[in-house]
Amino acid sequence: MRIFVPCDAAAIAVGADKLAVAIAAEASARGIKAQIIRNGSRGMVWLEPLVEIETPEGRIGFGPLKPSDVPALFENTAAHPKALGLVESIPFFARQQRLTFARCGVIDPLDLADYTVHGGFAGLARAITLGPAGICAEVKESGLRGRGGAGFPTGIKWETVRTAAADQKYIVCNADEGDSGTFADRMIMEGDPFSLIEGMTIAGVATGATKGFIYLRSEYPLAICTMNKAIALALQSKMLGDDVMGSGHAFHLEVFVGAGAYVCGEETALLDSLEGKRGQVRAKPPIPALIGLHGKPTIINNTISLSTIPVILEKGAKHYADFGMGRSRGTMPIQIAGNVKHGGLFEAAFGITLGEIINDIAGGTATGRPVRAVQAGGPLGAYVPPQQFHLPYDYEAFTKADALIGHGGLVVFDDKVDMAKMARFAMEFCAHESCGKCTPCRIGSTRGVEVMDKIIAGIAPEKNLALVKDLCETMKFGSLCALGGFTPYPVMSAINHFPEDFTKPALPLAAE
Amino acid sequence: MQRAWNQQIAETIIAAHRPAQASLLPILHAIQEEFGFISEAAMRLIATSLNITRAEVYGVVSFYHDYRQEPAGRHVLKLCRAEACQSMGGEDNANALLARLGLDWGGTTPDGRLTIEPIYCLGLCACAPSAMLDGELHARLDAAGLDALAMAAV
Repeated sequence: MRIFVPCDAAAIAVGADKLAVAIAAEASARGIKAQIIRNGSRGMVWLEPLVEIETPEGRIGFGPLKPSDVPALFENTAAHPKALGLVESIPFFARQQRLTFARCGVIDPLDLADYTVHGGFAGLARAITLGPAGICAEVKESGLRGRGGAGFPTGIKWETVRTAAADQKYIVCNADEGDSGTFADRMIMEGDPFSLIEGMTIAGVATGATKGFIYLRSEYPLAICTMNKAIALALQSKMLGDDVMGSGHAFHLEVFVGAGAYVCGEETALLDSLEGKRGQVRAKPPIPALIGLHGKPTIINNTISLSTIPVILEKGAKHYADFGMGRSRGTMPIQIAGNVKHGGLFEAAFGITLGEIINDIAGGTATGRPVRAVQAGGPLGAYVPPQQFHLPYDYEAFTKADALIGHGGLVVFDDKVDMAKMARFAMEFCAHESCGKCTPCRIGSTRGVEVMDKIIAGIAPEKNLALVKDLCETMKFGSLCALGGFTPYPVMSAINHFPEDFTKPALPLAAE
Repeated sequence: MQRAWNQQIAETIIAAHRPAQASLLPILHAIQEEFGFISEAAMRLIATSLNITRAEVYGVVSFYHDYRQEPAGRHVLKLCRAEACQSMGGEDNANALLARLGLDWGGTTPDGRLTIEPIYCLGLCACAPSAMLDGELHARLDAAGLDALAMAAV
């Protein structure tokens, strides 16, 4: 009997470890030989802990499971009160187009044989035969754009590093996933770490880089542990090391743990942090592709971009590019979070509308109240009202509507949210996380909090709103990076779409 | 339990890393793991060992939210304050807990039992609100659940 209990942080945070212990104890008490496999998460977080039992028809699921639900797992499973049927037939799962996350939740994340059986290392093997120029052409043709948020064409970045002449080049994975509402990087590192290793190794082969770093945030202790174990296993089996898969290419990989600074998700701040400095943003140019880590040509890509590389090389650029719309090719792991009924990770081709995601797939709010706003793209993304739910999930369509795809996070709020407070929070967060290098971000955000406080207190709201708008203009055009430059998006979208929250009458003064 | 400052142990920790500035963050993580915080003495030793100025070490220690320059309580409870947790009432629950304990963010109970710190996102945004107690993750924390968690740490 094979039983799957996820080892994903979201599953463990809601009791998966205790459940695994309870299942093992129950099986042994009944004299049943049960093999418990700790898989990644399927991404249906509202069902976690989601336990699966293998049957000839496929894996059947049960969730969200408590230890008291365990004994019934060993009886008539169809009659189990938490029975979900075939996991891959659950509509949330069945409607997805999983490319990057195809293996996540299916395999044991640290079983190399399992990884290989499910297509692992086929991309790397093909990459080695294609050679550097061939790989870069393939990545360009796939249309893959940086999944960290900026959406820069990955193939062009790779080509720049490939053609740069240097004695040392680096591959850096940006796994500093600090945006609230996003967890795709964490899920792939905990659920399918070899895909990231394979993607980075392909990048090494494509550019001649022999050393890679995964800059992984300290808030992800389980991902750090899984990645380190996976790297050791890959090294042992010669998928990493001095002679990758017998190709003659050397590639070494190391996890570098961050220290709780959101701004280090900005690529140049990340590079400074990797060099042992304060994570301060660098002025561009020079671009990191030419002068990056320790002054050497460096590919710095998001975790999801790099984890998508193996499937592109395995199935071909065209297969990937056939998904999507316009200039947004392929699929996006959309992370549906916050006050939502069916929250989790939903990988789909670009083009799906926001309304489909929030209303049909996610089923509205967890509280059952009406959806009032969705923050798309993390703390630097706009608040989108339901009137804009017709927007297709596409980089260009979102930009046109002054919104942001970002790293693919969607945070849902019900009608109890106070948008003036959310606008204030955006400024407060920017002040808390500003690296301090440029004035609009460092000082503007602090002044922004003060002015928002006045508006919330009802002090001269018209005059102060004009001041906030002016301040947002300065931050947007005067900041060095996206932290100061994009903080105006949540602030201004809250003001523009929810003006009624910003014009409350002044609170009456307490009676003397 | 973290041990008191011991220069020899600190030297061993530093020697396990390459003697270059790029090792500064990993060294600081390891020193804090061992001694609970980054003391003045630790900063001096690290600066000498890596051949960088004390100002550079202090600049890094004070820049990153993870590093502390004072010891924390016996237990550290980090509560997520980011948007997804706010949407599920995390901020209200956190404020209620802080008020009951008479603490502000970053504060430690007078008996040294518990420090409460903000954290911005644990990546548990689809099962919010979330928290981390001494490195262990907890999610779907309503007010009662958070209370139980804060009180269970003795």
